[in-house]
Amino acid sequence: MPEMTYRDALNLALKEEMRRDPSVVMWGEDVALYEGSFKVTRGLLAEFGEMRVKDTPISENTIVVRPIAELMTVNFALLAMDQIVNHMTKIRYMFGGQVNLPMVIRAPGGGGSQLAAQHSQSLETFFMHAPGMYVAVPATPADAKGLLKTAIRDNNPVMFLEHELLYNSKGEVPADPEFTLPLGKCDVKREGKDVTIVAYSRMTVLSLMAAAELEKEGISCEVVDLRTLSPLDTETFTASAKKCGRAVVVEECWHTCGLGAEIASRIYENCFDSLHAPVQRVSGLDVPMPYSRKLEKLCIPQVEDIVKAVKETLAAKY
Amino acid sequence: MESKLRAILPDHDLLKMYEQMVLCREFEESCAEQYTKGHITGFLHLYSGQEAVAVGATHALHKDDYVVSAYREHAQAIVRGADPKRVMAELFGKATGICKGKGGSMHLFDPDLSFMGGYAIVGGQFPIACGLAFASKFRQEGRVTACFFGDGAVNQGNFHEGLNWARLWELPVLYVCENNFYGIGTEVHRASALPDIHKRTCGYDIPSEQVDGMDAPAVYQAVKHAAEWVREHSSPYLIEAITYRFRGHSMADPGKYRSAAEVELWKERDPIPNFGKRLIEEGIVAAGRLKEMQVETQAVVKEAVRFAEESPWPEDAEVFNDIFV
Ligand SMILES: Cc1ncc(C[n+]2csc(CCOP(=O)(O)OP(=O)(O)O)c2C)c(N)n1
Ligand SMILES: [Mg+2]
Repeated sequence: MPEMTYRDALNLALKEEMRRDPSVVMWGEDVALYEGSFKVTRGLLAEFGEMRVKDTPISENTIVVRPIAELMTVNFALLAMDQIVNHMTKIRYMFGGQVNLPMVIRAPGGGGSQLAAQHSQSLETFFMHAPGMYVAVPATPADAKGLLKTAIRDNNPVMFLEHELLYNSKGEVPADPEFTLPLGKCDVKREGKDVTIVAYSRMTVLSLMAAAELEKEGISCEVVDLRTLSPLDTETFTASAKKCGRAVVVEECWHTCGLGAEIASRIYENCFDSLHAPVQRVSGLDVPMPYSRKLEKLCIPQVEDIVKAVKETLAAKY
Repeated sequence: MESKLRAILPDHDLLKMYEQMVLCREFEESCAEQYTKGHITGFLHLYSGQEAVAVGATHALHKDDYVVSAYREHAQAIVRGADPKRVMAELFGKATGICKGKGGSMHLFDPDLSFMGGYAIVGGQFPIACGLAFASKFRQEGRVTACFFGDGAVNQGNFHEGLNWARLWELPVLYVCENNFYGIGTEVHRASALPDIHKRTCGYDIPSEQVDGMDAPAVYQAVKHAAEWVREHSSPYLIEAITYRFRGHSMADPGKYRSAAEVELWKERDPIPNFGKRLIEEGIVAAGRLKEMQVETQAVVKEAVRFAEESPWPEDAEVFNDIFV
């Protein structure tokens, strides 16, 4: 399998799907001539031309109308929430299923680059909360490619959340242009028996690093990558939690009402009798992101925090 | 015929404007260096080339007029009176920064200077400008709110909602569009159906005009007239200043969408040396004094960097402060 970056895997998925289906168009701020703020749309204008690859004004609330829209960053999705939540997720339902919205909104997000409070947000829970759209959160280049291709082919609206700090991460990606991955399925990225770690996007990457460290101390972690937040594959992560009897949820978003609360609740609902300890949550701090790198680091889950939470789970007893 | 500078402002003010422009330029170029060294992180949007707008406009405002801006706002804060040391410390993320290191480059703020913030969501300052203007009107303070924004921001709903609201409620907002022809890599005519931004206000019956944003005294005159109009009528006005940024959109932008020839052409219109030349030609200052001023501002900036370097990092506990009162 060829190795490539998360960025290149996304780029390839876009190209393959645009070649496959001439009705796929790509719109966004600076996606055409400038080839994207994060260069995910490199080469698209040259290959597919101005009718299909279009630069838009800085008007987020209107960008959101066509098959693939790139929001320059997820932070600006807040300007488009009316179109996303009041329109995109409801149009099919309230019109009695008479129309489909086969659209994808791609949006880079997450913190860690000292971009301060308005540009460092992890808003995944906002989208997960509203029924009517799928939410994908890939952690690896292969997942990015496989999930994006499925999202483009799917007839439902998909919010596709990319992590800014993962664009340069590398991994093997199947070369087959028909390689796709299902929405709504977790991926067990590492098998283990002592503690289940449930994570997504960049938090999966950190969880795998934590699991590798813990292994040196003889602690065996199973890392379940959610891969999509909606639909949520409860079966896979609860089966893992049942097996291990202990679970840690890692989320980059704010703790309060964070997606970890939902995951923990589903684990309690399904695994109560099998648990040996309360579910631990490692979350972003409940503060607007500070700029100063020293403070920013405190706000985002780090590998050490995951290691510590796993150990606490092991020490705790019901 | 260029109007004679002395007909516009007394020597002292002209020299002050020149000095401020040099300070802004030196500050920005120093920021670029500190970014390259890794002392400044995150997004860094520099103002080099646009100094005549901030300096000319600010000079025309009253001390207590409100100012709001976007993320390219170091110069606006500094000419408003922010201490370059504390601005630099903010960019370093230090506890002594103007916002305790919590805001960084894009979010400067100092209510004592009526500098009501740099906002990084394009168009986010428009509703805030209306709010400030309303407060001033409500309390009968006679303060104008100067709202700075770029050519890219005028396609946000916020801009149009703000214009309508300001006109409808007769709010004293002075809109200052810094048209530098690009929103990141997208040229204004590729984003705006009507690229003459000052004409956009006709749908709201708001007067507007265009001014050469590379000419500080011209900006001063236009803004002076507009600000007094706003104050007198308690109603909005829009100035479109035609300008250019000499650097990329941010430090991360190599700026490949502009030709070198285009950039060079604009650099010939650099607002600082051109203003300096006029000051000398009109006998207001000697060339040697301008050179001295540059050396003096370089020392100010150097001191700002030293201050930022030596300042402490914020305490960890600071992370939880300032969320609620
Ligand atoms: C709502 C929103 N959309 C997109 C962005 C990303 N962005 C940052 S600056 C910018 C361009 C703005 O251009 P302009 O208003 O002309 O200001 P300039 O940078 O030229 O000073 C864009 C698109 C943002 N910060 N906020
Ligand atoms: Mg611009």
